[in-house]
Amino acid sequence: MDYPFDLQTTWFLLVGVLLTGYAILDGFDLGIGTVYLLAKSDLHRRTLLNAIGPVWDGNEVWLITGGGALFAAFPHVYATVFSGFYLPFMLLLFGLIFRAVAIEFRSKLESARWRQAWDVSFGLASVLIALLAGVALGNMIVGVPLGPDMEYKGTFFTLLNPYSVLVGVTTVALFTMHGSIYAVLKTEGELQEQARKWVFGSIIFFALCYLLTTMATLLFFPHMAEKFRTQPLWLLVPMVNVLALFNIPREIYRRNEMMAFLSSCVAVASLMALFGIGLYPNLVLSNPNPEYSLTIRNASSSEASLTIMLTIAILGMPFVLAYTSAIYWVFRGKVNTQALHY
Amino acid sequence: MDAETLARIQFGLTAAFHFIFPPISIGLGVILVLLEGIYLKTKNPVYELATKFWVRIFAIVFAVGVASGIVMEFQFGTNWSVYSRFVGDIFGSALAAEGIFAFFLESGFLAVLVFGWNRVTPKVHFLSTIMVMLGSHFSAIWILVANSWQQTPAAYKIAGEGVFRRAEITDFWGLVFNPSSMDRLVHTVVASWATGAFFVVSVSAYYLLKQRHQDVAQAALRVAIPFAVVASLLQPLTGHKSVAGVAQNQPAKLAAFEGHYDSTKPMDLVLLGWTNPSTGQTTAIKIPGMASWLLYRDAQRPVIGLDRFPKQDWPPVAWVFQTYHLMVGVGMLMIALSLLAAWRFRAGKLPECKGLLQALVVAVALPHIANQAGWLSAELGRQPWIVYGLLRTSEGLSKSVPGSHVLTSLILFTVIYAMLFALFLFLLDSKIKEGPTAKVESKRSDRGLI
Repeated sequence: MDYPFDLQTTWFLLVGVLLTGYAILDGFDLGIGTVYLLAKSDLHRRTLLNAIGPVWDGNEVWLITGGGALFAAFPHVYATVFSGFYLPFMLLLFGLIFRAVAIEFRSKLESARWRQAWDVSFGLASVLIALLAGVALGNMIVGVPLGPDMEYKGTFFTLLNPYSVLVGVTTVALFTMHGSIYAVLKTEGELQEQARKWVFGSIIFFALCYLLTTMATLLFFPHMAEKFRTQPLWLLVPMVNVLALFNIPREIYRRNEMMAFLSSCVAVASLMALFGIGLYPNLVLSNPNPEYSLTIRNASSSEASLTIMLTIAILGMPFVLAYTSAIYWVFRGKVNTQALHY
Repeated sequence: MDAETLARIQFGLTAAFHFIFPPISIGLGVILVLLEGIYLKTKNPVYELATKFWVRIFAIVFAVGVASGIVMEFQFGTNWSVYSRFVGDIFGSALAAEGIFAFFLESGFLAVLVFGWNRVTPKVHFLSTIMVMLGSHFSAIWILVANSWQQTPAAYKIAGEGVFRRAEITDFWGLVFNPSSMDRLVHTVVASWATGAFFVVSVSAYYLLKQRHQDVAQAALRVAIPFAVVASLLQPLTGHKSVAGVAQNQPAKLAAFEGHYDSTKPMDLVLLGWTNPSTGQTTAIKIPGMASWLLYRDAQRPVIGLDRFPKQDWPPVAWVFQTYHLMVGVGMLMIALSLLAAWRFRAGKLPECKGLLQALVVAVALPHIANQAGWLSAELGRQPWIVYGLLRTSEGLSKSVPGSHVLTSLILFTVIYAMLFALFLFLLDSKIKEGPTAKVESKRSDRGLI
């Protein structure tokens, strides 16, 4: 089934853009969650929460829209993955609920125990969400056992293979780094000094994970590198990725916080791009029995449906981008610790 | 219990829980626009205080709505994967429109609403309030379009075979204006207005009873009571329109609403009673032929009964019957109560009517009971079909998810939702007790807040 203008590739890109948007935006507030428990005082923790306060639920909307777009454009992928990864996705949902609740409730009572309980929930939920998202991505690279009916044939433990767990840990490391940089951007004084230390620590942690994941990928899953061999122009993407990563400590050192954060955004986006390029045109690899894989060809919605949705996206996206940027502009600058909402 | 029953209980439970929150957001959104609009026009600080207070409440409702909404979106895939494959091509357009036109709008501008008081000009803030209100309404449009398509499929063709059999869209506007979508949309949105209005009335009545924040309570009531009256009075009309559609498109559901088994007889309008589908008897206080008259202006006209349908195509008649009449009864009660409140309020006597105030405080539950009951009768009335006439609910289930997994998630959802609801009430209670004070705002006089 080849559609005109290659609608399916366009939707592969659009779903990718939405999920990348989610990784960049919720990535920093999940990352705030991982470093959160390292903060030294209640005031510091509240400052961190207020740094993400106006934006965290807007950031989660990218996940909702990304999931919706997946359902819409590639219903078979949505159906296979969500039912096949049942328990991990339930854990993910519980993580999202606990995290939202923790943010809203932790500062409502003065009790130290109450706050501590929610602080731990917030931290653990943030780590869990990042880990599960990474494990899911990892399994997309490894491939999962599928049948001719497109249904998942494995168990819960099939998903917990070492490589996928490694990708999960790498994702936690990436978001930790990304969140620490956001903390540097949004805070001042003592807390900012501490956040700068988190950045350096997490960059080292991430660099190690990244190196390990890259080696493991090249050794065990060379199909992910196939396109970079046949079409070397794609190598620009990993180059941009590495340059962006190296630029982060440099900008942090020069106290150029905004540039550091933008570099981190580029790093996250180019990692997602690497993943997308490696995967294309597959969406869910079947392992074993690669002939049962879900691809953008056999798993997509009809031409009519994809065309309608593309029209909607083209009409709506400019507005979304315009007012989302305007809102981030409204909330630019440091968190004011004199007027905390949370 | 088998995986299907468990998955259905889980879907019902999580949807019922989620359905507490969006109707409040939709109705409260309109009230926020009205309150802030009056403030901008009159510069009366009481309205500013009222707006700020209700924005804080809105934020809590919204947060729980988002958290429980993500669950709904995931659950089609996790528990109903065959159904997802079947409807994905149709729902795609509605979901894409909801994501792009509603979700981003609502969540983005909500940030300005809650955190932006001193960061943007009053006009921009008001604009944000309007955007949030519109966002929640747009969301209702698209979710109702998709849900109504399940009730009355239109503008589709069936393609593929076996596990790849699915409905494919043929016409976008045919999906949007499928036979039941507009009737059900209007009925649900007006129900949501009533939900928001009764919520604001309840809290304000509480303040009048306790003799606290009376200015703010009076200001809110001036907006919320007329709104409650209008919404409650509209409901029988929009409901009637909806039922007329059901009569045309889903006669088995209509027959279950009224416990009507005999196609040779006119349909009675039941007020209160019970029905026994195994004997085909309905014992009730009823107006003979009234439903026939309402639908066709002819009290003698026979209406299709359940006898026309094979038993395996019957919905759970007793449930549909009871939930439907519960909704209607509670709706009538809401009309009476809102009119009574409006009458006393106009006379300036409401603060002295302790009994009525107490009733209004408790009445916050009424729209929720009507919402849940109405939703149950609509969705149970669709059974045994998940997509009416095309796909049975039993066929829509995920194949790769064992019952034990569903049981695990069901238990966890039950525990977590119970906890979440308790926390929600607790937080709401503390916000209401704290009341519309200027305390938070006064601290935020400088520009760099949050």
